[in-house]
Formats: sequence, C-alpha cells, structure tokens
Amino acid sequence: MSERIISSRAASVRFEGVTKVYGKDVVAVDDISLTIEPGTLVTLLGPSGCGKTTTLRMIAGLEMATKGRIMIGATDVTTLPATDRDVSMVFQSYALFPHMTVLGNVSYGLGYSGYSKAETKERAHAGLEMVGLSGYGDRLPSELSGGQQQRVAVARALVLEPQVLLFDEPLSNLDAKLRRQVREEIREIQQTLGLTVVYVTHDQEEALAVSDQIVVMRNAAIAQIGTPRQLYDEPADSFVADFIGEANLIACTIEGVTGDVATISVGGYQTKLPARGLPAGPATIAVRPSRMRVGDAEAGIPATVEKATYVGSRMEYTLATKAGNVFAVLDDVDAPLEIGASVGITLAASGPVLLPARE
Amino acid sequence: MTQTLEKTAPPILFLWIAIGWAGFVLLPWYGVEDGFFAFQWLLDGYPLEDDYAPAAFLIGQGEKLWLAPLLLPLALPLLALRRPKSDPAYARILIASGAIGFAWLIAQGFGIGIRGWTADWLPALFGPLDDRQFGMGYGGLLVASAFLFIFTQGIAARGAVGGDVFVVSAIGGIIAIVGVFVFFPIAKMLVAAFITDDGGYSISVFAAKFFDDRIWGLGCLSGARCGVAWNSLFLAVLVGVITTALGLVFALVVTRSGFRYKRLLRALTVLPIITPPFVIGLAIILLFGLSGSVTQWVAELLGVRPTRWIYGFNGVLMAQVLAFTPIAFLVLIGVVEGVSPSMEEAAQTLRASKWQVFKTVSLPLMRPGLANAFLLGFIESMADFGNPLVLGGNFDVLSTEIFFAIVGAQYDQGQAAVLAIVLLFFTLGAFYAQRFWLGRKSYTTVTGKGDAGVHPSMPRALSIPVITIAALWGAFTVVIYVMIVYGSFVELWGVNNSLTFKHYVTAFSVSVGENGIRWTGAAWDSFWTTIQIATIAAPLTAAVGLVTAYLLTRQMFAGKNAFEFGTMLSFAIPGTVIGVSYILAFNVPPIELTGTGIILVVSFIFRNMPVGVRAGIASMSQLDKSLDESSLTLGANSWQTFRRVILPLLRPAILAALVYSFVRAMTAISAVIFLVSAEYDMATSYIIGRVENNDYGLAIAYSTTLIVVMLTAVAALQLAVGKTKIGRRSNAQGADA
Repeated sequence: MSERIISSRAASVRFEGVTKVYGKDVVAVDDISLTIEPGTLVTLLGPSGCGKTTTLRMIAGLEMATKGRIMIGATDVTTLPATDRDVSMVFQSYALFPHMTVLGNVSYGLGYSGYSKAETKERAHAGLEMVGLSGYGDRLPSELSGGQQQRVAVARALVLEPQVLLFDEPLSNLDAKLRRQVREEIREIQQTLGLTVVYVTHDQEEALAVSDQIVVMRNAAIAQIGTPRQLYDEPADSFVADFIGEANLIACTIEGVTGDVATISVGGYQTKLPARGLPAGPATIAVRPSRMRVGDAEAGIPATVEKATYVGSRMEYTLATKAGNVFAVLDDVDAPLEIGASVGITLAASGPVLLPARE
Repeated sequence: MTQTLEKTAPPILFLWIAIGWAGFVLLPWYGVEDGFFAFQWLLDGYPLEDDYAPAAFLIGQGEKLWLAPLLLPLALPLLALRRPKSDPAYARILIASGAIGFAWLIAQGFGIGIRGWTADWLPALFGPLDDRQFGMGYGGLLVASAFLFIFTQGIAARGAVGGDVFVVSAIGGIIAIVGVFVFFPIAKMLVAAFITDDGGYSISVFAAKFFDDRIWGLGCLSGARCGVAWNSLFLAVLVGVITTALGLVFALVVTRSGFRYKRLLRALTVLPIITPPFVIGLAIILLFGLSGSVTQWVAELLGVRPTRWIYGFNGVLMAQVLAFTPIAFLVLIGVVEGVSPSMEEAAQTLRASKWQVFKTVSLPLMRPGLANAFLLGFIESMADFGNPLVLGGNFDVLSTEIFFAIVGAQYDQGQAAVLAIVLLFFTLGAFYAQRFWLGRKSYTTVTGKGDAGVHPSMPRALSIPVITIAALWGAFTVVIYVMIVYGSFVELWGVNNSLTFKHYVTAFSVSVGENGIRWTGAAWDSFWTTIQIATIAAPLTAAVGLVTAYLLTRQMFAGKNAFEFGTMLSFAIPGTVIGVSYILAFNVPPIELTGTGIILVVSFIFRNMPVGVRAGIASMSQLDKSLDESSLTLGANSWQTFRRVILPLLRPAILAALVYSFVRAMTAISAVIFLVSAEYDMATSYIIGRVENNDYGLAIAYSTTLIVVMLTAVAALQLAVGKTKIGRRSNAQGADA
C-alpha cells in the first residue's frame, strides 16, 4: 500500500474516575481511571459481568457515564452522544445492515462524514481491499460467510479513520481455526495503520496474543493493567494469576526474606523465590501447570496421581497433595505416570510467583 | 466531519421557527368551512376577510387581539439562533417560548369560544367581550406544532434522552396527539356526564343518571327486564368465554393434530379482518329470521308457526360468537405455537402421559393467550354495535343505548356520556384485570435458541371432540358466508327467491354518457368516501404506530411505562365510546371537526393505533439492537438510523400495518356511526341505514362487495410481503475458507 488512502488519526483515551450505575444501584463500572496511549491495542479482559463491555460502550458513547470524565485525545466527550464521537465500533454480531450491499454497508458512515460521492466510493473500495474483500461489494451480507461478514464490519469501521476503533468480542462468532487468522489480521491492520484500538474479550489467550496492554477487570473495577508478559509472569493477585492462563494456587509459608529473595516452604518442601515485597508469614504461590516438575517421591511436595489425561501433544495430571489438588502438564507422553503412583512435586526455577495469602 | 462543533443552531430549529411564522402570517388562522384544500378562500378576500385571514392580519385590523401575545413566544426563539447548542440559554429560551406559546394557545382556545367567553368567571376577570372565535384552522395547527417542537428541542438541548432531538420530538409529538385525541375527548365526556339541562354541573344529576334502573335494574331475576349494563356484561362475558374456547379448539386442531384441512382452517383467520361484524348478523337473519331458510324449513317440518326467537339475546350471542371466534383463534394460534415444543418433550421424557403433558404443561403455558383472547372477545362484544342493532330486538345493550341517546328523539348527551362511562368502566376493568393478572407471571418460553422439537399431537380423548367441534363450527361459518353471497343475488329473501342482479345494479350501476363515466349507483358515494378516508388513515396509522413502537422498544426515557400504558389504552376504549366522546369534544372550538372527513380519519388512527404499535413492537424486537448502535457509531443520528436502517428492515411490518388499518377503516362501524355526516358517509353506516329500512338485498350486496374488495387487498398484501423477504443476517459460523 504505497499511497495509502486510509490512514489513522489515532488519539488517546482517558478515563478519570468513571462510574456507571444502571437504574438505582446496579454498579456496572466503579470509579475506573485509565489511560490508553495513541496507536496501541488495549484489551479489556475479564469474566462476564465484570463491566468490560460497559466500559467499551462508554467510549463509543452508547452508554453515558454516571460520574467521572472521559477524554478522547484532547476533547472531553463525557456528554457527547455516539453520533458525534469520532469513534467506530465492530460489534460482536457484526451488525451489518442486511438490506444493504457490502459496499452500501462500508459507505454508510462515509455518507455522514462529509465525503463527496467519489471519495466515498474510493474509500469504501480501499477499505474492502484492505480486508481482502475487493470484488465482494455488490453482495448482500447474508451471502457472505461468517469470517467475511466479520471483515466487512472491520472495513466499515476502518474507512472512517476513527480516532479510536472499538472491538466488542469480535471473534466469538467464529470457529477456532478462523479465530487465530482473523485476530492476526486485526493486529496487522492495527500495527500498519498505527490505530488506537480498544478490544473486549473474555478469552485470555486472544488477549495475550493481540494486545500491547491488557486491562484485567473484575467486579466493575480494574484488577491489573500491564503488558501480556507482565500479567502472565507477575500477576498482582491470585485472581489475575488464575484468570490469565490457568495457575495452581498453593498455600505456603515464607520462612524468611533475604534481600529480595524469600525462602518458602510448602508441606516440608523448601525453595527460594523472588520476594516481591512480601514479608515473612503465610502467602500463596501461583504456579502454571507447565511449570510443575514431577519427579520421584523422595524430593519435593509429596503427592499421588489422581487422574491422568492424554490430550495428544501432552499429558495432563491431577495430583493430590495435602494442601489440595494441583494440576500439572507434562510433555512426556511416552511414559505416562500411573494412577495411584506416589510422586514428588518441585517447582521450575522461573515462572512460579509469590502472591499475598488468600483470604 | 464529526469533530466540527456546531456554532449555530441546527437547521431543524430554523425550520420549525419558519413553520410557526408561516402559520401565523400566511395561513388562515381559523378553520375554513368549505375545506382548506378547495383553495376557494384564496379568491374570497384572503388575506383580509375575517374568516380566512391569518392571525397577523386579524391583529393588524384590530381584531382577535388575544392572539397578539403569541408574537412574543414566536419571536423569542430567534434569539436562540445565534447561540451554540451547548449554551444553557439556548435550551432555556426554547423551553420558555415553546411552553408559553403552547399554554397561551390552549388558554385562549378554551377561554374564548363560539359565544365569546366560555366560563362565567372570565368576563368578571377580563371584562366583557363582544367577539368570538371558531375552531382553529391550519394556521393555528402550524403555530401549535411549531411551539410543541420548539419546546421539545429545548428539552433535548438540556440533555434529555442523550440530547436527541428526533427522539424527544417524537415523544412530544405522540404525547400531544394522544393527549388531544384520546385523553381530551374522554375527559370531556366525563365532564359531560355531570352537566345539567341548563348548563350547570351537578353530581346529583350524574348520580340520578348513573344509578338509573334502565342501566342497573335487576328485573330479569323476577321475570321483567334487566338493565342494559347487566345485559352487556352478561353477553360480553359469555361471548368472551365461548370465543376463547372455540378459538383454542381451532388452534389445537391446527397445531396439534393430523387434521388434513388445516390450511382451510387457517384461512378462517382472515375472515374477521375483512368482514364488517354486522354482516354476520345479516346472514343469521337470512338463516333464522322470521322468513329465514332454517326457520321456514323447521316450521314446515313440524307444522308450527315460525317465531322471532332469533331476535334478542340468542341472535346477538350467535352472531358475535361467529364474528369474534376467528379473532380469538388468531390470538391463540400464536400462543399455542409459541409454547416451546421442548417443554412438552421434556415433560414427556419425565414420564408424563400425553394427557398429563397437556394438562400440566401445555395448557398452563397458554394462559396468557387465553386471557388475551378472552379480553379481546369481551371488548369486541361490549363495543359491537352492528349486531345488537340488527338482531337485538328488545334486548338492549350499552352500545345501542348510547347510539339512541345521541341520535334518537331524546338527544341526551349527558345520558350518552353516562352510558359510555359505564361501558368504558367495564372494558378498562377487564383490561386492567388482565394486566394485573398476567403482570406478575412470566410465561416466556421462546428462548431465542433454535428449537428443533415438534409439538406432540393431542391425546385421543381430547382430539375427537375437538376436531368434531372444529369441523362443525367451520362448516357453519362456511354456510354463513355462502348465505351472504347467495343472499345478495336473491330478489326478496323468503318471499321471492328468484335470483337477480338487481341489488348490485341499484348499488353500483355505472353509466357512460357524454361526460364520461357517471357513477349512478346508490352506493358509490359512500364507497368512494370510504376508500378515500381509509387510504388517508392507513399510512398515518402505520406511521404513528411504528414511531410509538420504535420509542417503546429502542429508547429509554423517564415515564416510559406511563407512555406505553397511555398508547395502549385506546385499545380498551370501545369504538362507541370514541364516537360519543369525539362528538362531545370536537363540535365546539378550539378544535371543530364534526362533519368533516378529518374526524373520521382521526378516529381511525386512534382506534387502530394499538394494532400498529403491537405489530411494530413484534417485528422491531426481532431486529438486533446492535444494528442501531453500529449506525450511531458510524455517525448517523437517530432519525437517519430510523429512516435508513429500521424502516427498510420493517417493510413487511409496515405493509401489514398499512393494509390492516386500511381494512379496519373499511369495516369499522361502532365509532363511525356517530361521526358520519351527509357529506362524508361511510360504507358501513350506509349499509346499517339500509338495514334499518329493511332493504336487506342492497345491504347484503354492498357487504359482499366490501368483503371482495378487502379480500383483494389482503391477498395483494400477502403477495407483496412474500416478495420483500430480505436476507437476514445468518449466524453461519466458520463457513469461510
């Protein structure tokens, strides 16, 4: 794309103490403050009902904040309705207008943005080309497959060159294989054009794959903000640890802290981990299933094999310890552990994280 | 681009201010007697002649000076033109001028009438007045609308409903017209019930009329006659119960049996839509009247004298059950089909027998439908005017009593108002009871997920009687309609049974002379009037209904529940009541409509609006809300969204609403009979007039013609809707390569 027709006017998004209350006392979003840098892709991630979609719709102007201030770029948009905001959105259901052709759908917003007929046409074609659908302009949305409809929805939003582009669970209606492909396409377009994108999903793998920053939300509030790596390796608490890639949460005791290295013990097994500012006393270790080492019964936390599942590329085990069941994934599929066998669990050198003790 | 902040007022404000001034300066302020659109007034001394002068010219000549203060609220919004929308003064100016203007318009309209001051305390306050005014015309209408929409724009600028001018204006507009054409007439009617013969108000007069023995008497318990209220109530309850039961029978046959002629049964649902209700009464007279076929045959067979047994309660009941069963069927078929088959299949897998499934799952789930069907039958029976008039004999009901109070020798508006209040009390009571009863329970069984099951067929013990009843009743209905068609060709029923085209010739003869076609038939006048009125009313009804449905399904605003209740209320108001209240409300200024075609159009709009609203709600709730939202985020405003996304997708619903309101306008009688005039006579009232003159042949021939016309309209609709199927967004997943 040497001479690019569609470019980006990416702007930042800022939330300052934003609260959304439905009816009298249903708090959907509770006093959120956050800044999204221009040209980045930020994911809002969380379980259903955590307020992530409401947050997105407040950026779009489809919901109005009850309290607080929302800025897009340097403009205060808190009371601006959706029509007047320079934001476009790709809906979960795509929301393609079924009575208009693909080209009609893509041109729809351009018609309200002051472009001439010729410009509108040119831009719409450029948009379709960008998503690889040139030549499909005359079809009706119902004549396209799910993935193609998805791309039309993206093109429709892109051609307006919005300051912010919003995605509401855009992949949830696609099958697993297509999902990977489309999310890579979205990421590529975002990076080529340098768009500001806010992306809602409840799929942590999707979030890890596409984001510059992830905002993990829980119960209408932000649990943690960070890069995918930060969230995975250094979760702030056990909720984040468990939500971003499964984790075994094992109760432990910090015996002592020297410098920033803590000595901990779990059921007799002792090891050293980064202290992350935690004092001596009870704590929790979060260990990814793939970071569990399972060896002979002599060393480590004693456990018995309770379940063993073969999933093709690896073995998944449920191991019973005194502190409860833990879940481990081992790559060795050729010599699986037998059910009932006594084993010892040790932790990989990097990966396990110390977290404050759970209430 | 979307970022340009609006520096000046939006064009829509210019438009309404201009309309306001046009109404004040250009158009005749008062109603033009010979019809505005004849434009004769342009030649008859406009703009200076009093009757046709615009308000500005009246004031300029020193007349009707009470209109002068309107200049202030008309001028005030000009100040807002230079201000940005975000300026608080912008909103304040618009709200103030809209409210002041509208309030003054109403105050002067009600304060000064056709005989000067309308109340005794007004001259005491303002001094005597030797002038008067007539009903408002198009000038007044434009100014009033301008004030209303300037006001709503002010409200929107203050941030109501997200500052959306279109939505706020639509809400304001609907509230205003429902207020003027539903609540105002009803209120006027309530007041009329308290007016004494010499113009004062008295509760004792009301009480005397209200508790009259003719209304509430219980004489029938001791062999004499009962009051009309009891007659109506008893009849309506019975009709409601029987039609609901028969409707359920038909619905069960269609959905849950192997009956072979289901499609024929479904065709039955079309009948009530295209049949003026009293036509059934006529057919019953042909069968069971004094010279009816059945009566004669039985009399001959048994050697007894034929009697008039059909005239009275029996006949009315039979006619109403025949006429309204298809309506109950129409309601119940949707409900019976709507019961999710998986519920019934689940019950079956839980080891319930077919009969137990029906009794414990299917039937209870149909309860809302049964209640709805009963309510419809009840209200239709209460409001039915034609059948009691044709078949009632000495059996008086409220609707006919009201009619005779207004048009009869007694001409007692107060009496009519009291009777109408009783009628309204019954129907609103039923309406409210139904809402109360269903309000607490949720019966939604349509989950939105694909439901692959099939309805189990009825248990045998149930299916045999059900199919028998359905077949017998269906056959009876067919006989009735055959009689209607056949009857239209018979010279004089029971006396001279030879076949003839005489009635059609009398009604619809056409002669081609030098001056082209001459419509010489007796029925043409009313026929063309009917077509004309129905054609005007249909699109308006559909528009009002769909906008209301849009507001109810797509927008959140304060007072939405009250809004919904208000708009659905006219559903529970019988046509007879609408008719009486319109006469009372609209034959004096400020809104003088009696004797015009407008009052007929208006009565149809508000009689049929609930149908349009329901149709709109039903189809709009199938459109995913994200369609609107994506249009909004793409920069279209709510009006553009409504026009370019919602309306095109609702095309089938719009067509249905159009045809339905057209057909309803052609078959309606109960409100129409009060509102017709010599100039604007409708087909139905003309037919009733023929029946009263014992001219059955012509009446039946005309009815048959109407049925054929409407059948054509409905069939055309079916064809049109069938063709406008739009590809709905499919949920096809991952078909992508």
